[in-house]
Amino acid sequence: MKKASHKTIRNDIILVLSLLLIASIGLFYLFVLRDTGDTVKVTIGGENYGTYSLSKDIAKDIISGKNNEHHNLLIIKNGKVYMKSANCPDGLCVKHKPIFRDGESIVCLPNQVVVTISQNQKDNIVDAVA
Amino acid sequence: MKYKPKLVAFVGICTALTMVLAYIEVLLPPLFPSIPGIKMGLPNIIILFLLYRRGPVFASVVSIIRIVLISMLFGNMMAFLYSIAGGILSLLIMILLRRLQCFSTVGVSVAGGVAHNIGQILMAMLLLETAEFGYYLIILILTGTISGILIGLCGALLIKRIPESIFKD
Repeated sequence: MKKASHKTIRNDIILVLSLLLIASIGLFYLFVLRDTGDTVKVTIGGENYGTYSLSKDIAKDIISGKNNEHHNLLIIKNGKVYMKSANCPDGLCVKHKPIFRDGESIVCLPNQVVVTISQNQKDNIVDAVA
Repeated sequence: MKYKPKLVAFVGICTALTMVLAYIEVLLPPLFPSIPGIKMGLPNIIILFLLYRRGPVFASVVSIIRIVLISMLFGNMMAFLYSIAGGILSLLIMILLRRLQCFSTVGVSVAGGVAHNIGQILMAMLLLETAEFGYYLIILILTGTISGILIGLCGALLIKRIPESIFKD
């Protein structure tokens, strides 16, 4: 058996690094140029609140809390979703940039409101064998 | 061609070994439950060993028998198509790189593992007629590379330590 020389090990490293590079370019593509979603899902405290289409422009006041004291004004406009105003203390959700890609979300922690974009048609392949 | 009982028995033993490894792999808890299909590729240790010690024909025969048998036992037609696409592409790449002699077992195994994943994705694209698997392919390239390194190291150990005498007639 021939021993692995420095040259073959160097080639191995080049191969592994180039594969990792390809994968990281792919990940970059995923996170920066990802597909647009089509559905907007709103949950409050983990419970489903409503599902809206991303293609239809609406303004929805999301009311939550024990005495309906929390307000988040959700806007869907031109295929993008953002929080117009909210009465939460930090207002982070209002500062969040508009979302439209599959998997993106806006979270308002004080009011426990989570807005997520999803795509309805998703294929699931499972390889049971190899 | 002369009938060689010992050769037939050896193919049988190797196929059984790969099948047992594939079964063990199924029993292990998945690393990422949210992403289906990520596997170590333990049977590839045997295939790699055979490729180096017994040549490409032997490795291919064992690999293809294994895929057919496992699909019949545990899988279905779809699973068989995915596996055979991955298996054949992986074999071709490994045989080619082995012949080029510019990679060690680790390089050959990494390329084989990634080729296996690419073969499966190509088959999925063909069968389901979508190109929606880009994100999946990237994850599989990452995991295939990592598991390929581990499998390659294991394979190198086997190739180094198992003596040539076990193949003697």
